[in-house]
Amino acid sequence: MTLLGFLVATALFVVQARNLFVSVILMGLFSLLVAGLFMVLDAVDVAFTEAAVGAGISTVLFLGTIALVAPKERPVAPRSRRQLLPFLVVGATFALLIFGTLDMPLYGDPNAPIHVYVAPRYLEQSATEIGIPNVVTSVLASYRGYDTLGEITVIFTAALGVMMLIGRGRKFPRRRRETDEA
Amino acid sequence: MSFPGLINYWAVAALMMIGFYAVIAHGNLVKKVIGLNIFQAAMFIFYISMAKVRGGTAPILDDDLSVFSNPLPHVLILTAIVVGVATTALGLSLIVRIRDAYGSVEDEEIRAIEAASD
Repeated sequence: MTLLGFLVATALFVVQARNLFVSVILMGLFSLLVAGLFMVLDAVDVAFTEAAVGAGISTVLFLGTIALVAPKERPVAPRSRRQLLPFLVVGATFALLIFGTLDMPLYGDPNAPIHVYVAPRYLEQSATEIGIPNVVTSVLASYRGYDTLGEITVIFTAALGVMMLIGRGRKFPRRRRETDEA
Repeated sequence: MSFPGLINYWAVAALMMIGFYAVIAHGNLVKKVIGLNIFQAAMFIFYISMAKVRGGTAPILDDDLSVFSNPLPHVLILTAIVVGVATTALGLSLIVRIRDAYGSVEDEEIRAIEAASD
């Protein structure tokens, strides 16, 4: 699983880069690697969604944002003291997470609890009940159709929010004490 | 594929922590959103790793195949990816708005401006 190694390395560089443009482009690479990993893990539908939406639309959104705001991140001034606490918190959480994984069923185990309930029914019945060979599609559009309806609602709400926040023809109330003008 | 069973989950934990670190240690708001995105992607990998069955194929039915990966997590993550982009868009537009009101997207500077105006 060299892909996993690449992923961790890319994520590190994304976070370390002070230039936000570099971060955003590396984020696109990160999404593409994630899509490749999904492909290896047999999730083809998820892989192409991630490649289109994660690597495509997300990158465009981020690029648009850093074009509107500053492209560089300001270096953190008092380094030593401010960095220590986050490291401690992150380290403690990481240890807890690793401890949690020790109880997980092993990777690819066909008898893991997740594979013995609900999913076999979809795999066995969906061909006759829905009639589409792709089980992911049948579950998405038919068995869990309400989830998809909810998803549409979330996207609609988000689009509404974005339009209300930065829609055109809107006057932004500016604060008096500003450090610099755009 | 015959790798020690938990390596995927450990990589997920590492990725989550990298994202988490970006959220709590970086002052730049855009960087915080990027951190959240990394965290989210780690969660997706976690679900998809659980769905994998050894020797299985993609869950597209065919008479020649009998072992499939679990389709349910795939569906959930498909929904989650799209919702994730929607929330990212909302967060980024909030950042644009904050930049407009304060002239900065740095945590510290915004706090300083707030303190000065009180």
